Amino acid sequence: METFIQQIVNGLVMGSMYALIALGYTMVYGILSLINFAHGEVVMIGAMVTITCINLVSSIAPGLPGSLVFTAGLLMAIPITMVLGFSIERIAYRPLRKAPRLTPLITAIGVSITLQQVAMLIWGRSPRSFPAIFGEDAPHKLFNLDVSITNIQITIIVLAILLMAGLLIMVEKTKLGRAMRATSQNPEVAGLMGVNINTIISMTFVLGSALGAVAGALYAANYSRADAYIGFMIGLKAFTAAVLGGIGNLAGAVLGGIALGLIESVGAGYIGPLTNGFLGSHYQDIFAFAVLILVLVFRPSGLLGERVAERA
Amino acid sequence: MSTNLLEVKQLKVAYGGIHAVKGIDMHIKQGELVALIGANGAGKTTTLKTLAGMIKPTEGSIVYDGANMAQIPVYNYVERGLALVPEGRGIFSRLTVEENLLMGGYRSNDKVQIMADIERVYGLFPRLKERHKQLAGTLSGGEQQMVAIGRAMVSRPKLLLLDEPSMGLAPIIVQKIFEIIRMIASEGVTMLLVEQNAKLALQTCQRGYVMESGKITVADSAEALLSNERVQQAYLGE
Ligand SMILES: Nc1ncnc2c1ncn2[C@@H]1O[C@H](COP(=O)(O)OP(=O)(O)O)[C@@H](O)[C@H]1O
Ligand SMILES: [Mg+2]
Repeated sequence: METFIQQIVNGLVMGSMYALIALGYTMVYGILSLINFAHGEVVMIGAMVTITCINLVSSIAPGLPGSLVFTAGLLMAIPITMVLGFSIERIAYRPLRKAPRLTPLITAIGVSITLQQVAMLIWGRSPRSFPAIFGEDAPHKLFNLDVSITNIQITIIVLAILLMAGLLIMVEKTKLGRAMRATSQNPEVAGLMGVNINTIISMTFVLGSALGAVAGALYAANYSRADAYIGFMIGLKAFTAAVLGGIGNLAGAVLGGIALGLIESVGAGYIGPLTNGFLGSHYQDIFAFAVLILVLVFRPSGLLGERVAERA
Repeated sequence: MSTNLLEVKQLKVAYGGIHAVKGIDMHIKQGELVALIGANGAGKTTTLKTLAGMIKPTEGSIVYDGANMAQIPVYNYVERGLALVPEGRGIFSRLTVEENLLMGGYRSNDKVQIMADIERVYGLFPRLKERHKQLAGTLSGGEQQMVAIGRAMVSRPKLLLLDEPSMGLAPIIVQKIFEIIRMIASEGVTMLLVEQNAKLALQTCQRGYVMESGKITVADSAEALLSNERVQQAYLGE
């Protein structure tokens, strides 16, 4: 039982990060019907830039409390990552707005590879360790059980919840959010209403990248390191989460992210016993992709996916 | 002698190699109600979309309210008082009725005025008030048309372009819609009305153009068109 609860906790932590990243995929898909495969790399850059910024802050102002250094580093990394997301759309996708759908998809893969190479040039091939600004992050015992959770893990869950709630409220309640929804439903008519579609598309990339930067920073903090390769796997998993929730649907991305984190974590916890030790917990990645395949085969519209047909 | 609010010269529009509008001239005076009739595929929708800025013409000029519209991006049309009620209504189906109406006021920052305009739309279409929190996609066709017209009203147009507002609606709803159209016109809004129901359009408007395969073939007063033998045969089913 305690193992199970521990897996749930771990699953929620991973799931929170998947959800933040999945939102970036799903927002762009909702407006452009484009799967921005470069988003995982944006998350990676967010992680790497955060590490650099934190090192910078620590060297400029040594002795600050860890949480303050982290916040400062993150607040520097977010705008840099936003500019990156904005530029990717302007340079790589906008010229292809009217091209067949396969073209921007291939371009996205090209952007991915480019970003990975650039990251290697800047930060090298070996992992950068996340500065030990939090001191020793001793795990807390949860409910007096043999279940532990670290401060970083608590931060991940709380920050993810706040950001996701903020985004959902923005999209549902503000004028900008209404324009984003209108644009995703009918861009031509949104233009007639006076919405500058290009601005909305840019905003979508910028917002998704900001969330991605936070997720990347949290990921690096959680694993105490990051490298130029992390974007691929985490991107693919977050994409899976977006598909699981129903791509294009914001609440779906959140749900899909959490669900995938839980499936993966619980699955990894029991895969050993279930296969008589044949497969160990390092096989946890198969769960994400099994989920992706099952969803695509049995419910391509995802958990909260839209009905494909719209009434006239 | 009032001036032309809209003046179209030698307008040509093509979709790739398909020439949908082949050089038309058209003008609308301030406060005028003008009908544009023609068979399916004649190029009426293309004409309206071009006037509304959704499609850029391949040739010709559009001067609206003294401005050459060619260089102006579509999202700046609405604040110049140009609104289109698109063919098939073009509502945002997963926005509520009220959110759809709010989109009509997107370029205005005067929240009080927007809310007053929405209340006015609710006054004209009480069904929309009852359903203001409902997703617009769940409404009946007639109600959706009310949303589309109401949304255009909230944008406070000077020139309202209407593309087949009666399409697919029951006669009693068509009557209601046209009542509102006449009422909007009576407040001084200039209109260009595209209709399959040519008789209703010509009875509503003062002048009319007949469009056939991308060209304007007849332009006359509504009265004259209603009694024109060729128009009667082709469009009035007499
Ligand atoms: N998006 C489009 N792409 C290619 N051809 C189009 C498109 N829209 C309309 N057309 C063609 O342009 C011509 C005029 O169409 P349209 O303006 O919709 O006519 P109407 O509104 O009078 O029925 C038709 O031949 C139609 O097939
Ligand atoms: Mg038409």
